Amino acid sequence: MKVFQIVLFIFLIVCAISVSFSKNLLNSIIIFMSYSLIMSIIWILLESPDLAITEAAVGAGITSILFFVTLKKIHAIVAVESDAEKGSHHMHDKKGGAR
Amino acid sequence: MSRLLSEQEYRKTKAFKVKRWYRGEKDPYIGRVELRPQKPFEEDVNTQKKRIHDEAILQRNIYDIEHNRKLMLFSKFYKVISVLFVFTLIGILLYMVSYLPPVGNAANPDNNEVATKYIEDAMKDTGAVNIVTGMILDYRAFDTLGESNVLFIATCTVLILLRVDNRSKKKEEEENDRLYEPKNDIILQKVAFFLVPMIIIFGIYVILNGHLSPGGGFSGGAIIGSGLILYVNAFGFKKIERFFTQKTYKWICFAALLFYCLAKTYSFYCGAHHLETGIPLGTPGDILSSGLILPLNICVGMVVACTMYAFYAMFRKGGF
Repeated sequence: MKVFQIVLFIFLIVCAISVSFSKNLLNSIIIFMSYSLIMSIIWILLESPDLAITEAAVGAGITSILFFVTLKKIHAIVAVESDAEKGSHHMHDKKGGAR
Repeated sequence: MSRLLSEQEYRKTKAFKVKRWYRGEKDPYIGRVELRPQKPFEEDVNTQKKRIHDEAILQRNIYDIEHNRKLMLFSKFYKVISVLFVFTLIGILLYMVSYLPPVGNAANPDNNEVATKYIEDAMKDTGAVNIVTGMILDYRAFDTLGESNVLFIATCTVLILLRVDNRSKKKEEEENDRLYEPKNDIILQKVAFFLVPMIIIFGIYVILNGHLSPGGGFSGGAIIGSGLILYVNAFGFKKIERFFTQKTYKWICFAALLFYCLAKTYSFYCGAHHLETGIPLGTPGDILSSGLILPLNICVGMVVACTMYAFYAMFRKGGF
């Protein structure tokens, strides 16, 4: 169990660092989601299942959904079809979002 | 109409004015404040030329990193200092962490009389098997009320920021994107068909068993909220508006918060005057036990579920 916990902690640190180094905002949200999932497992191992449930529902579920919606709203995620249709304008948007 | 006053006379009374103000029919600015639309921004050719020229100079002289020695030095200095700053911060924090007592040590400062009291007497005082819920909704119920109110206020603020007016809906181009979303995705719909009932039932289970097993109002509400969000993503806003609209949200939040306030006011009043509340605690372990905790859990769960869905709806559509 101790080894499992250490592996989880290492994964947590790797996730936390790679969120900030990821160039693509979409990727960093997905990494953040996995961070929350691992955190909820760690909460169970630390014997606080209440927090684990909340972390899984809020951290991994709703927060990341709201992040996705926000990215969509500020045009950081652009659909592939509209990219092909409208060309340079949307490409510019995509570049702006990935920065 | 069975009014004693005629319509004309009724319009002059104060009650009518107050009612009209309350319903928002009267705009207090019309007739009192000068309303004039802003002029559209126009730039004449000379200023435009000057602006482009200035921007070119800026680009050439200041942002030209390769030839601007000052800027190059500054950017290098900035990078070095930021790395140094981060490492110093990490060092300080790790140094402080090394002073923390080991986990689970009996001599730790968090093992004081408050925790002992909660652990020993929580079941007897609150009737809840799950001590955490007993603490949240009984000993510290005032904090939880504040939390629910914060969520409600947050939704109101998001509503102010993100609400899309019905009149300007047709003008906005991005509205199209919002209205025709979600595209009827057959895979998503089939998955949601099986998952949404299970998620919502699990959420209800977590809320109702808040005093018996891990979980409670907040986590169960968040689970139900995510189920609702999945439902919206699969089937669209039209279908969810058959049972969940802005009015439903308003009334559920209002009723839940009001019930929470009244119930807790009653029990605080009784507690402060050392009176018997008259609410039976029941047998610990039964579903109908632990006094006020179960209804309060249901209230918190409803507020949280509605708020989570409302956030999503307002981010996505600008209203619900």
